[in-house]
Amino acid sequence: MLTESEPHYRQPLLKTPFHERARALSQVDSFIPWAGYTTVDVFSFVEQEYFAIRNASTLYDLTPMVKYRIDGRDALRYLNRLMTRDIGKLKVGRVAYSVWCNDAGHLIDDGTVFRLGDTEYRLCTGERQLDWLLDSALGFDLQIDEVTEETAALAVQGPTSCAVLKNMGLGGIERLKPFELAHFALPAAIASDAQIMVSRTGFTGDLGYELWMRPEDAEAVWDALMEAGRYCAIRPIGSRALNMARIEAGFVLPNVDFVSGERTLRAGTERSPIELGLGWLVDLNKGHFTGRRALLEEQRRGPRRQLVGLDIEGNKPAHNALLYADKAGRRQIGSVSSATWSPTCKRNIALAMVDVPYIETGSTLWAEIYLNRELVWERRMARTHVVERPFFAPERRRLSPPADY
Amino acid sequence: MSGASAGNASYDCLVIGGGHNGLVCAAYLARGGRSVLVLEAASQVGGAAITREFAPGFKVSACAHLLHLMPGSLIKDLGLDARGLQLAAAHMRTTAIAPDCPPLPIDAHDPTLLAARSAADAAALPAYRARLRRLAEALYPVLDTATPRLGTESWQDRASWLRIGWRIRRLGRRDMRELLRIGGMCVQDLLDEHFETPLLKGALGFDAVLGTSAGPRSPGSVFPLLYRMAAEVQGGSALAQPVGGLGALSDSLARAALAAGAAIRTSATVERIMVRDDRAAGVILKSGEQITATNVISNADPKTTFLQLLGGEYLDTGFVRRIAHLRARGVTAKLHLALNRLPQFTGLSDSALAGRLLLAPSLDYVERAFNHAKYREFSAAPIAEITVPTVNDASLAPAGRHVLSAVVQYAPYELAGGWQNERQRFVDLVIDALERCAPGLRASVEAVELLSPPDIEREFRISGGHWHHAELALDQFFIVRPVPGAAQYRTPIGGLYLCGAGCHPGGGVMGIAGRNAARALMREAA
Repeated sequence: MLTESEPHYRQPLLKTPFHERARALSQVDSFIPWAGYTTVDVFSFVEQEYFAIRNASTLYDLTPMVKYRIDGRDALRYLNRLMTRDIGKLKVGRVAYSVWCNDAGHLIDDGTVFRLGDTEYRLCTGERQLDWLLDSALGFDLQIDEVTEETAALAVQGPTSCAVLKNMGLGGIERLKPFELAHFALPAAIASDAQIMVSRTGFTGDLGYELWMRPEDAEAVWDALMEAGRYCAIRPIGSRALNMARIEAGFVLPNVDFVSGERTLRAGTERSPIELGLGWLVDLNKGHFTGRRALLEEQRRGPRRQLVGLDIEGNKPAHNALLYADKAGRRQIGSVSSATWSPTCKRNIALAMVDVPYIETGSTLWAEIYLNRELVWERRMARTHVVERPFFAPERRRLSPPADY
Repeated sequence: MSGASAGNASYDCLVIGGGHNGLVCAAYLARGGRSVLVLEAASQVGGAAITREFAPGFKVSACAHLLHLMPGSLIKDLGLDARGLQLAAAHMRTTAIAPDCPPLPIDAHDPTLLAARSAADAAALPAYRARLRRLAEALYPVLDTATPRLGTESWQDRASWLRIGWRIRRLGRRDMRELLRIGGMCVQDLLDEHFETPLLKGALGFDAVLGTSAGPRSPGSVFPLLYRMAAEVQGGSALAQPVGGLGALSDSLARAALAAGAAIRTSATVERIMVRDDRAAGVILKSGEQITATNVISNADPKTTFLQLLGGEYLDTGFVRRIAHLRARGVTAKLHLALNRLPQFTGLSDSALAGRLLLAPSLDYVERAFNHAKYREFSAAPIAEITVPTVNDASLAPAGRHVLSAVVQYAPYELAGGWQNERQRFVDLVIDALERCAPGLRASVEAVELLSPPDIEREFRISGGHWHHAELALDQFFIVRPVPGAAQYRTPIGGLYLCGAGCHPGGGVMGIAGRNAARALMREAA
């Protein structure tokens, strides 16, 4: 937090309630800004952190996620007009992933909607959206408050995450199904008379949970988790390892795989949910929502391009690669937005925006990859196939109750 | 006034609001073979073009008080002359008045008085008028047609752009250059280029700022003047006063609509527009009664239509944001005085009193009057457009008595002290300003009625109490009036149309918006 003695321009980034713990464990001092906070990019080695996600348990500081409390008589009507999904189907105690669009049907952002009560919801997004949320509220009876700072959040992800939480003393956590949330009393040893909210959600495509707590309980919860997970070598992770996992899971990331339709300056760079392969989140029959008419028109016309998964020959990640229909590279048909070598799949994978008709699974494309070989650059055309997403989807992510491993 | 009783019958077209545009729209739709029902919340049709009693025995055109922008073709099309529209006065004169100097006729009727004050101004005035008139004539087709859209492939849009471009090209190099030069200018700079007499400039500048939240030094203030002149190009009888006031015009429009087969219900307040499958499906009245229809045409202002009658739920956020940002706060008040004798304006001839008087002694005076409005205050020395309708039409007051009707600026909708508390102070201030030009006026006042913008909002159901439903300025004109996405009388909701002053080309008892809306609907839903 800022102190009176330090002017804000000397210390422009906020520190999360987990910052001191993260600082102590950081081996390479690699911090990056995220939504106004300083957060860890890498603690030690990306590969180590990545393997902890897939083989043990990890802690990831989610506090910078922007959180809005939306509460009031018209909250449901409001969210249904805002979101592409039918929020009317969301029961109290459940979470839904959804996106929202501008009038042109272009994606503004994605996020998770938590239904906390009859009329109370929480929206978590990667970026601040208050202007759009407030403008959307005109004529609706509800209250919107940003509660980012009053809620600390920690993702506990990995095959042993359920066991670790049980170990920490959250009895009954194993009964929580995917996209459910529940409140637990924190064991007295951690904090007296304090509650913690846990949702079975995450950004890794693996078994995992997100913990939502008061900032004053943050350090004690972190310590308790590190202790409870000691047996399986639990470790904190930074954004880089998480990014590998989310590409394997096929999740899109704002400003990487799309730019908010309200922020793009160049025509044609905005993206619709259909183009991003998120058509399954769009309910055109639920009634009106912002962008519906434009999306109906797009559906009628058919998309011109779509986000697809790629399997690329070789083992060099195709970062920012241009994609061609032919090996000679005469006809560009798209470009890669996210790429990684997938250690678990042992495949060279990527997410890419590709023109119709090359979006069909099985299509062959060519990726133009630039390789830096000790400062000598080489260009390689790698044969590439459009494949189904997600690249990695273990059964354990859905299993209820989860195994202990 | 009522046609066939409506019941729960289904109509082709429901028109919300029986203002002049709603009635014009209904008449054209009915003539096009549509079954039409007009729903008017008030007990009489006419909206802001009505005549009503404001003191026992004294009647006045309650909001608009002159007829000068309605195209002759529209009056002829609807046969208004045969349906009771008679003029008590046409080609009315305009005279500038000021406290300390003799009145000055500023129209073409009598150039000698101006020549006596400034030979240069008298010589410059005809050329100035002629040029503005040429520009206005070139702009008239812009007003008359539905606005074309940008970036479409429709041949109608392209033809429309070509037509407009051709009219402007035909002006010739010099006038076209002048149009581009002055189009965004402030009216003070334009008038300073041509004239020296403060009273003349004040009065000529008055018409540029009448009904707008702008002063003579506001950028773009030439535009409303050109707009007003463009509309006047096709106005049949220049400035005119109908017998019985503006209400008589509305009555004749209602008769035209009824004769064409439309039905009209008064005292029928629409509460909601019903939407089914993303289309307008009818309306729900305040009484709870539902009336279904294939199309709903709203004569209400855009904010009322979209934010109150429809609701954001059926609209996209960006569109609602544009509607919410629409500048639509009135700065124009209306003052009605019941007088026990004819007002005596110093030095004013009887024939001039039968015309329009402008109290705007100089451009500095007008600009100072506007200054207050910027800070949510009313003008300490207001400007006014004054008529004494009883000079031309004795039926409006008891024998020997008179009515003074004044459009007064600047009176901001959101007044810092609140209109509740400040009303009397404003009335006194306006009467004092008039008294300085017409000594003895105050003593002859029997009754006063002031309609502040909030009063206009309440009585005429216009959000913000703005005469034109939305500020008339370059940023809210033509293809962006009222907002992109609703500028062709159509709205994002299928079957829902706009036909009021908030649409192109705007208000001023013109009727073109109503006619254009009817044409747009019939072209689409042929």
